[in-house]
Amino acid sequence: MGRRSAPEVNAGSMADIAFLLLIFFLVTTTIETDSGINRKLPPMEEIIDPPIIKERNIFTVVVNKNNQILVEEKLMELRSLRSEAVAFLDNGGGLAEEACDYCQGSRDRSSSDNPDKAIISLKNDRETDYKVYISVQNELVAAYNELRNREFIRLYPQENMDYVQADRKYTDPRTDKKVKEKLREKLSVIKLMYPMKLSEAEPNKTS
Amino acid sequence: MSKFKKKGSGELPKISTASLPDIVFMLLFFFMVATVLRDNTLMIQNTLPAADQIQKLDKKDRVIYIYAGKPSARYQDKYGNQPRIQLNDKFATVSDVGAYVLAERASKREELQNVLTTALKVDGETKMGLISDIKQELRKVNALKINYTTRIGDYTQNN
Repeated sequence: MGRRSAPEVNAGSMADIAFLLLIFFLVTTTIETDSGINRKLPPMEEIIDPPIIKERNIFTVVVNKNNQILVEEKLMELRSLRSEAVAFLDNGGGLAEEACDYCQGSRDRSSSDNPDKAIISLKNDRETDYKVYISVQNELVAAYNELRNREFIRLYPQENMDYVQADRKYTDPRTDKKVKEKLREKLSVIKLMYPMKLSEAEPNKTS
Repeated sequence: MSKFKKKGSGELPKISTASLPDIVFMLLFFFMVATVLRDNTLMIQNTLPAADQIQKLDKKDRVIYIYAGKPSARYQDKYGNQPRIQLNDKFATVSDVGAYVLAERASKREELQNVLTTALKVDGETKMGLISDIKQELRKVNALKINYTTRIGDYTQNN
């Protein structure tokens, strides 16, 4: 009896089958793109006696029902909001112990004393569009990030990155624990220099 | 004499396609691993607004999702065209949000219950009134960490 070699299986259609599966997964794939602006809501407890804040330390941003932005009661375009907020936060007009030695602003006495005192108050209307609200939030966060980036690069030039990149590295689960510890210290120093004080008032009812 | 005599008739050699399945399988596995099958069927229009100062959302098991927006075209004759909230696969009212968040929180592992984030996936055209109401409900149940989920992009895209 002659030994018969096993007949070769035709693998030509393998590619077709694989392509079919590939196309199925291509179509059903939604690669995760979830990211957004993180916020903390204030707790429900009523503050019994609210601290007195000087008018010059508050930067009021109002978005009205026609999606117009009013900064300190003056109409403003969205594109100039970021630079205005930076100018307000970085003003450093305080004297003596309220002085701010790292601020590079104009030290105007009628604007904020120092970044720690400076509060941005955001108020919107019930008829405001969500996308406008997000744009405003985005610009205000950008103002803080801009200042934090500047200080991070000035204080830690050896890190070779800015605040946002450092923060991203810190929250990345793949980062080494030791690196994280070091980063956390540096990040909290910067956060203390420019604490994010963004207060949101409850919206007005449109009558 | 010549050592470099042309062999054969100069026809192009056939390209072997034997490795084609391997390449395709490689791609296939990549997409299989990267795929996240949608677990919520959206019944609303959900065009997220764009922002560029964003942070990545936590791992999926630490997030509670709340959707809001106008009902999509096929639901509009039944539910109208006013923006609504969607929780899981159902339309809900503002008063359901608190109970939903508490139920979701209770279903998570104990060590995760304090680090949960609530992701608000809201259509850009929604009015802030609805979102304020949701935020009030979240404050009532002490779910204070929120994330306004956005697309990556410049604010100028929000027009």
